Amino acid sequence: MTNLVTLVQAAVFFGTVIMFGCIGEILTEKAGNLNLGVPGIMYIGGICGLASVFIYEGSTENPVPVLCVIIALVSAFIGSALGGLIYAFLTISLKANQNVTGLALTIFGSGVANFFGGSLNTLAGRFEQIAVPVTSAAFRQTVPVLSGLGTVGKLFFSYGFMVYLAVIVAGALEIFLFHTRRGLNLRTVGENPQAADAAGINVTKNKYLAICLGAGISGFGGVYYVMDYIKGTWANDGSIEKLGWLAVALVIFTGWKTRNAIWGAYLFGVLYWMYLYIPGLTRASQEIFKMLPYVVTIIVLVISSLRNNRDMRPPAALGLAYYREER
Amino acid sequence: MENIALSLRNVTKRFGSVIANKDVSMDIRKGEILALLGENGSGKTTLMNMLSGIYYPDGGHIELEGERVNIRDPRDAFALGIGMVHQHFKLVDTFTAAENLIIGLDPNKKLDRREIAASIKEICDRYGFIVDPDKKVYEMSVSEKQTLEIVKVLYRGANILILDEPTAVLTPQETEKLFAVIRNMKKDNKTVIIITHKLNEVLEISDRVAILRKGEYIDTVPTAEATAASLTEMMVGEKVDLNIERSEVKDKYVRLAVSHLSCIDEDGIKKLDDVSFEAYSGEILGIAGVSGNGQKELLEAIAGLQPALSGSSVIFTNQEGVDNQLIGKSPSKIRNLGVHLSFVPEDRLGMGLVGSMGMADNMMLKDYKKGHGIFTDRKSPRTLAKQVQDELQVVTPGISTPVSRLSGGNVQKVLVGREIAAAPSVLMTAYAVRGLDINTSYTIYQLLNEQKKKGVAVVYVGEDLDVLMELCDRILVLCGGKVSGILDGRTAKKEELGMLMTGRREAVDA
Amino acid sequence: MHNSREPWLRVAKRDGMSFPKRLAVRLGAVLISLLVCGIVIYAITGINPVEVYSTMVSGAFGTRTRLWSTLKEAALLSCIAIGLAPAFKMRFWNIGAEGQVLIGGMITAGCMIYLSALPAWLLFLCMFAGSVVAGAIWGLLPAVFKAKWNTNETLFTLMMNYVAIQLTSFFVAKWENPYGSNTVGIINQQGQEGWFPMIFSTRYFISLVLVLVLSVLMFIYLKYTKHGYEISVVGASENTARYAGMQVGKVTIRTMLLSGGICGLAGFMAVAGASHTISVSTAGGKGFTAIIVAWLAKFNSFTMLLISLLLAFLEGGAKEIASKCKLNDYASQMVTGIILFFILGSEFFINYRLVFRKSEKEGSGK
Repeated sequence: MTNLVTLVQAAVFFGTVIMFGCIGEILTEKAGNLNLGVPGIMYIGGICGLASVFIYEGSTENPVPVLCVIIALVSAFIGSALGGLIYAFLTISLKANQNVTGLALTIFGSGVANFFGGSLNTLAGRFEQIAVPVTSAAFRQTVPVLSGLGTVGKLFFSYGFMVYLAVIVAGALEIFLFHTRRGLNLRTVGENPQAADAAGINVTKNKYLAICLGAGISGFGGVYYVMDYIKGTWANDGSIEKLGWLAVALVIFTGWKTRNAIWGAYLFGVLYWMYLYIPGLTRASQEIFKMLPYVVTIIVLVISSLRNNRDMRPPAALGLAYYREER
Repeated sequence: MENIALSLRNVTKRFGSVIANKDVSMDIRKGEILALLGENGSGKTTLMNMLSGIYYPDGGHIELEGERVNIRDPRDAFALGIGMVHQHFKLVDTFTAAENLIIGLDPNKKLDRREIAASIKEICDRYGFIVDPDKKVYEMSVSEKQTLEIVKVLYRGANILILDEPTAVLTPQETEKLFAVIRNMKKDNKTVIIITHKLNEVLEISDRVAILRKGEYIDTVPTAEATAASLTEMMVGEKVDLNIERSEVKDKYVRLAVSHLSCIDEDGIKKLDDVSFEAYSGEILGIAGVSGNGQKELLEAIAGLQPALSGSSVIFTNQEGVDNQLIGKSPSKIRNLGVHLSFVPEDRLGMGLVGSMGMADNMMLKDYKKGHGIFTDRKSPRTLAKQVQDELQVVTPGISTPVSRLSGGNVQKVLVGREIAAAPSVLMTAYAVRGLDINTSYTIYQLLNEQKKKGVAVVYVGEDLDVLMELCDRILVLCGGKVSGILDGRTAKKEELGMLMTGRREAVDA
Repeated sequence: MHNSREPWLRVAKRDGMSFPKRLAVRLGAVLISLLVCGIVIYAITGINPVEVYSTMVSGAFGTRTRLWSTLKEAALLSCIAIGLAPAFKMRFWNIGAEGQVLIGGMITAGCMIYLSALPAWLLFLCMFAGSVVAGAIWGLLPAVFKAKWNTNETLFTLMMNYVAIQLTSFFVAKWENPYGSNTVGIINQQGQEGWFPMIFSTRYFISLVLVLVLSVLMFIYLKYTKHGYEISVVGASENTARYAGMQVGKVTIRTMLLSGGICGLAGFMAVAGASHTISVSTAGGKGFTAIIVAWLAKFNSFTMLLISLLLAFLEGGAKEIASKCKLNDYASQMVTGIILFFILGSEFFINYRLVFRKSEKEGSGK
């Protein structure tokens, strides 16, 4: 029982990181752009959040937790959205290939983040270990009172606010995409840009906005990872990149629907941590079990290509550049 | 003038070196049904796309009720009350009818599906449509999709509706329904422009007919004063004496026997319907028809590129009189049987050639496997390329310049040159002279004639009736995927062909 | 409404640009990006730009060791790019080079560990064959599914990377040395079995020669062979390929076997020729960078060598600056990203031109 509870908790922590990455990417892909820069964007989000509060916490005697959180989130969002803007400018305005540009963004983003992550203290002229205790504590603050309610409290209320924020954003995006006119217009751009154009929708503007906003949301995954998952430090171990690619994979798993990202992300979390709860595994054979989320994604990919279900398909114009006067 | 809704003034549009519309000036009256008539490639759709904001004119301007307007994009067109139903529907497959209706409108309004459904019902009731607001587009028939497109335009408050080839995909019954709706719209004081090339429909529905020919505006006439014959004449122009050589057919025998050939496209629509004919050696068989009536599918089915329905048969007979069934075989299998089938497809750079490669590399497209070893033979394609370049006077900086950089005429010379060099026994060409200048066109005719004299069975799919009548020994007319008639090229009348093409068979029989 | 004017800026397609002009655009992009990198480094470190460049040059080429190290990095990157070229030329999005390299490297390490008793030539043969086959299998799987059911290869190959990473982790844990370190350590430190021999007092010489040979072979393969021809045609248009009588599925599978195989070979070189160990970072992101290298080089092996050398130079140079300022190595990735953005963006100016609004007098009619 305790084992199960800790597995669920671990899965939720893990799932929240990739949920942010995934729903941001869903928004981007709904506008017809496949952004393989998600890992890079999550890196940028993480480092921007960390660096900004590192400076803030170092500059004052008594950092205000709420302010810490706001500074971290706002800088993470702006940083990631700027990363998205680079991608958007190259792929939309300069019509560069989407996949290649996305990969370049991942290289750039992980470079920037790991560079500053490893050099932040040197650059700031401080030589202690990077730590943002106040911010990290604020991010990890569980729901008061409720989290103490035994198993239920542990299962549902023992998390920082970002866990709930991820679910709220996923829900909000679901409503936006499927129950508002703006969302409908955005999906039209991703499904059939010619139709969108003929209907008077500004294709370029919609794509730019979706990509930048989507990147900003993906970036939250990075900052959550840094602040909560690894408790306000930095590790140059490539974890964010791995999580970023999983977020991209999760998009397929969800069938491009953010509501499925909510449970899908946790399921990936369970798959990822499963090895800890299977008795008798050696350190080596654990690694084989860690393959699960990737293998499951491959299987989903194959099944969806076999089934050809209309409602689980990617946006029809995903990955294609749009140029009105093409003949 | 009071009753003028829309005027075009010296409107010109170019695509690269091709002029799609040249100095077009015309008026469209309020509350009329105007048919825009013209052959394929006469620039009808391009002209209308400038009214709906898809294209921007290179010269001239547009006036709405006498006032000069600037239509930069479809949004401007809506604001001016102009709406267009494109031939290729601008619908999102995975959306419902209601969702498709409102895309691009008032982004700040609530997405109230019930309210939209109510508006749909209101429009439908007024004009006599039936649309199920919750049906997804991918579940709809072509006619349902079209209805939805029209409702979409009306919902946007259009006063001027442009319908691009609305009946091309409809059954006669559906066409009747559409016409009833169009008359209702006229009653409601809307202006309707129908792009079409079907004469009977023009005569049935329109108040006036405007004719375009080769990108130029010819005239607008009241429908009441027009006849099928007078319109055909304006549409196709006077019979021009082209002086294309036509030799007598010698030692002809059946090379290709097509019988009961049928095929369907991915949407399940029948593109070829029980087509049967024979092509003889040493003759040129012309295939006439409005484009999209099965020509492409016919040639591709023979070439092994299009699956045919069961019961279809294409028998090829070689010099020794041995028969081979071609249906169900891939292009490489057909070639391995020793069948020399050359095919100049309509899509020159998307199928017949590789645009990013030079002439030399394109020469070996079909026989790159020739010879043993892993390497391609580089020498003979180069020699062939040089030969084609010299003989057909291909203008290119070099035989390794990507062919996509050549002009349309030169691209076609490369393609035809290669196909002829393969010493075919059957040569099929689709729109071999489309977009080419006069001189290049004559070069192509001459090449086809030479093949004919060599005993090749030439199949020539064309759109210019004058050419078909002067070049071909027999002319087969396709309409709606069916053979609507086979005429002798030497005696065929232009009007007769035009009628067969436009599905007015009864007029010919009478 | 009638007051609005023609859009002030439109984009139009170009008919084609002459070679010198294209070269000028691309070189211009590289120069501007180097300038931007200089400014960025200046902003972070305060080193003046001239010094930045001279430091970078000395970091990458300054000593014999550095020069060889830069060449080794360039060789490895080119090798992967050469492997990717046929796949991408066919428009098959093989994002899985990282995994293909890793799996090749892992098999190599396995051979070195278990077969060190074999005579050298046999050992090398096993390492070579094993790595190529392993990489080829990693390439084959997504290709088969693509050919049969049109399964999206971009994401399939991407996931295969992580399957390879986990498999490698598994073996790293199995082979760890010393116990508890969770690394494999230098394999065969004593006898150097399965290490590339020293030639001209460098171990990297063989790798370099191998890559140069490969690049010539790949150039010939793509340009002069029947297979290469098929790859070009399928990549340009599947319709044309079918028209020409090619079997698209067969070409896809065969090409991915080759592509994966060469990437596996890169893993062999990385392990036997350089690191003599295996870890999940043996490929070190080169599998992704190589995609961009192959793409930017338009699949020309020799251009790939040049771009790889440029990137390796940046890497070496940026590392030198980083160590000089006690900053970390990832500066090089950042700089690489910037360069790639500029080169990617420059392609636009080769394919399109900007049309500004015509002057008023023409706009006002007659």
